[in-house]
Amino acid sequence: MKLIETNPSGNVKAASKQMEFVTVTVAGQLLGLPISRVHDVFVVSEMTTVPLAPGEIAGLLNLRGRVVTAVSLRRRLGLGDSGEAGRRMAVGLENQGEAYGLLVDDVGEVLKLDPDEMQPNPVHMDRGWVGLSQGVHQLRDQLLIVLDVDAVLAFETEREAA
Amino acid sequence: MDDLLLEFLTETNEHLETVDVEMVRFEQDPNNEAILSNIFRLVHTIKGTCGFLGLPRLEALAHAAETLMGKFRDGMPVTTPAVSLILSTLDRIKEILGELERQGAEPAGSDGDLIALLDKMATQEPPAPEATPTPKPVQSSGSTVFQVLERELKPGEVSLDELERAFQEAPGPEKAVTAGTLTYQILERPLKPGEVSLDELERAFREAPGPVPLVIEKLEEQAPSQKSVATASPAAPPKKNAETSEGGDGGEGISGKVQTIRVNVDTLEHLMTMVSELVLTRNQLLEIARRSSEDHGYKVPLQRLSQVTAELQDGVMKTRMQPIGNAWQKLPRVVRDLSNELSKKIELVMQGADTELDRQVLEVIKDPLTHMVRNSADHGIENPADRKAAGKPEKGTIRLNAYHEGGSITIEIADDGKGLNFAAIRKKAAERGIAGDAELERMSDAQVAKFIFHPGFSTAAKVTSVSGRGVGMDVVKTNIELIGGTVDIRSEQGRGTTFTIKIPLTLAIVAALIVSSKDQRFAIPQVAVSELVRVSPTSEHSIERINGTPILRLRDRLLPIVPLSKVMGLSGNEDANHGFVVVTQVAHQRFGILVDGVFHTEEIVVKPMSSKLRHIQLFSGNTILGDGAVVLIIDPNGLARMVGSESDRNEFQNDAGPEQTVVAADELTSLLVFRGGGESLKAVPLSLVTRLEDIEASTIEWSSGRPVVQYRGRLMPLVSCDEELTIKREGMQSLLVFSDGDVSMGLAVAEIVDIVEDKLDIELLAERSDLVGSAVVRGRTTEIVNVAHYLPMVLETWSRKERKGGPDRSLLLVDSSTFFRDMLVPVLKASGYRVQTASTAQEAVRLLSNGLHVDVVVTDLELSGHSGFALVASLRADPHHSTTPVIGLTVKPDPQQIALARKLRISEIVSKIDRRGLLSALAELNGTLEEAA
Repeated sequence: MKLIETNPSGNVKAASKQMEFVTVTVAGQLLGLPISRVHDVFVVSEMTTVPLAPGEIAGLLNLRGRVVTAVSLRRRLGLGDSGEAGRRMAVGLENQGEAYGLLVDDVGEVLKLDPDEMQPNPVHMDRGWVGLSQGVHQLRDQLLIVLDVDAVLAFETEREAA
Repeated sequence: MDDLLLEFLTETNEHLETVDVEMVRFEQDPNNEAILSNIFRLVHTIKGTCGFLGLPRLEALAHAAETLMGKFRDGMPVTTPAVSLILSTLDRIKEILGELERQGAEPAGSDGDLIALLDKMATQEPPAPEATPTPKPVQSSGSTVFQVLERELKPGEVSLDELERAFQEAPGPEKAVTAGTLTYQILERPLKPGEVSLDELERAFREAPGPVPLVIEKLEEQAPSQKSVATASPAAPPKKNAETSEGGDGGEGISGKVQTIRVNVDTLEHLMTMVSELVLTRNQLLEIARRSSEDHGYKVPLQRLSQVTAELQDGVMKTRMQPIGNAWQKLPRVVRDLSNELSKKIELVMQGADTELDRQVLEVIKDPLTHMVRNSADHGIENPADRKAAGKPEKGTIRLNAYHEGGSITIEIADDGKGLNFAAIRKKAAERGIAGDAELERMSDAQVAKFIFHPGFSTAAKVTSVSGRGVGMDVVKTNIELIGGTVDIRSEQGRGTTFTIKIPLTLAIVAALIVSSKDQRFAIPQVAVSELVRVSPTSEHSIERINGTPILRLRDRLLPIVPLSKVMGLSGNEDANHGFVVVTQVAHQRFGILVDGVFHTEEIVVKPMSSKLRHIQLFSGNTILGDGAVVLIIDPNGLARMVGSESDRNEFQNDAGPEQTVVAADELTSLLVFRGGGESLKAVPLSLVTRLEDIEASTIEWSSGRPVVQYRGRLMPLVSCDEELTIKREGMQSLLVFSDGDVSMGLAVAEIVDIVEDKLDIELLAERSDLVGSAVVRGRTTEIVNVAHYLPMVLETWSRKERKGGPDRSLLLVDSSTFFRDMLVPVLKASGYRVQTASTAQEAVRLLSNGLHVDVVVTDLELSGHSGFALVASLRADPHHSTTPVIGLTVKPDPQQIALARKLRISEIVSKIDRRGLLSALAELNGTLEEAA
């Protein structure tokens, strides 16, 4: 379990307008999460599935004595579960006072990117993805989708409430 | 906002609340000086502090109120308008305080209106000179010694007031000195072990011989934390003043409000979280210790740690506990205002105000309680004229009662008003389309009463200023259920309504049973679990199925079984027969949760569900177990609701307790409910059914167009239960098998729904011969099938047999139950009797005295109104009928009945539901009759 130090905001400002992103991969796609929103990155050991829960919720985790809701980014993006049963990584997020763990295939390095260079979503991008993406960064060898953390965590739960 | 102001706000708000309550008390008991002094002191304090902090508006208001109260003390009569005025002044003060809290400064504005009124009131009547025998106690409010120890008393300790009283009453040193030394003492922190309270110190000093006044001076200097609120006047006349009266009601009165050391709630919450974590860690350690067999010498310290943790947990929990009286504090004022507003006379009685419960729980129920009391006052209690007309005392009573019961706390809100208007509720429910007319008509009042918990349900003819404010009853119910509580309502027309709220003591830590289902563990709160039953197909307890619905026979009662794996959607295999049944009781519903395994009971720290999962009503929260696994906590209420809504809620046993079942046994009939071709439910008394079978449709043979099936080595004819239903040609066909001797018949039904025990009232007598009539079974209209109709249809043998045994005799059947008469008549007729019926003993006697000749009398021995024995006795007394054979029917024969029957020469006593027994008894009689002939 490695912890990523959040940069004091003062430093970032001083350097430039650059923003830092924690990169993750899901089904081969590179995605970036604003580092300010990421609390930590951890390996998922034991997960309790929640019967009757919305599909996006993979289960509940015990993260250092705290119960964390695990959200599958794959399912959130409308992708099927990966068949691999290897070690699962999660990105710890916080939204409205609640702790979430975003399950991803892998966590990569932290990238510094200039927000001005971000391009809008391609018009023909999948509807489901457009809602979760703030834009696209062109990296040298691949594209990075900047995830909107709030949108990722704002999925329907009321469906079954009625 | 500076700390001083903040402190002032908290303190003043607290004082104001007390004053509110005390004011109402004072109005009722204007001669109680203790109350007045207390109010006076509090208002004076407020005034003083306001002046000190430079809050002119507040100060002026408090001053004016104080002046008026001073008049009261001087003997001015206490009137309702005066009290109302003071109360509205208090409200204004609260308003200003609210503004002050928000903006940090006193809002602009003038209170000239109120002050003028107060002044007018104060000058209105000249103070009656010496109106009361009590001389003015002067400004020596120092004499109202209200001493509070800032923590709970430990066993063996005596409250300060009692001490003081004992001291006062004890013969002691010169009285003058005593009066002078009465100071209000508060130590601003809890006592440390070994420390002595100031009062005790003081007492020791006083009792010690010495130059008393001087010593006290010194003591005060020595104790820097000692605060003297009231100035002691050395000139105070040593007389029987406030203390004595206070001593009288000190138990329930002013001293009932225990002040506490002020700790920030956040600090407590944090402490609680830390303890929760500690409990978890301890559980983890215990788990490790349990797994390793070796003792590395840490087991003893671990045990100790465990114990200390438990104690710490208890202690911290206690800090969260608050007397329910805190939630009731506003109620006297509410009731007072309401009774004035509605011109009703209402008395509020509060019992068990010191019952403690968790702060969090208290917060949640505060508003619902207020609302319910408001409701009782507004809708429940009638106005004095109506009450008088109804023969009730003019003054209505609202009674609040709280007490501990097991792991939960019960709060009752009862009024002696007019009760719920069931007719109006029915009408409203129909209007709002919550239930159909027919359905409503058949519902019991208790069921109808539950409608008031429906959202937006109000039967108030007009919306008064009282009703329609704040929350509705549905919110009340939701709030209470949110914390795992239940609300029940009991109402009697003209006698009043009682709401019973049951809530858990605490929400944070609960004992839970850890169970497993399909490799996943769940926690079930222990409070809801009443027992555990191991089930397997071979053991004494095995799960049976009615049309696939699992049922467990438990001590002769049918318990609906909910397989946990099924509701969780975990399993594909629904025919689980092994495992444990967790018998769960939720309010009046009892059901069994079928799980695969049961582990142990553990104290779990309830953590709230994530907002994304909160809509799943099956879970009330989650927790981390000793081994670090996250486990979901099952909400039995949610489970009951969920399963209940899937089918009909009524299918759950309405568990009114076994004793009631016994009492009502003679009224209850076990019915097998099934469905035919149509939509409607049909039922047949279970006692008539021999077996239930599911057969392969392919085994049905059709001989000359009639369906038959080989059954137990014989051919059994089948008949469809109604025209709409065709007997299946493939798949499984459900049958009800009726047998008589060695002939059987199979009644094909679409689906077997349930077995219910219910009172049978045949309400509509059908024109059709295949039905006895319709009845309401578990709140639903059900057709009661006439089995006798089918028998001749399929069984020539049957009819032949009947003819053979047909003795052509007349029979009088006396039974008060229409249902039994209707059931038995065809059977008896089929056996060749000419049947006459009577529903009462009187009717039977009338028939017989009119010259009806009968060969046999069959009578229920438990006739309503008139005992069957009395009927037989009168028969015996009549020479015409002194030898007429009589067969008695009873629900359960007891020795007393048998003895009495013998005396009255009753030939036989047969169980009421034993149709075959009756027929064989009759056959036997025939034999003897023929012999006699």
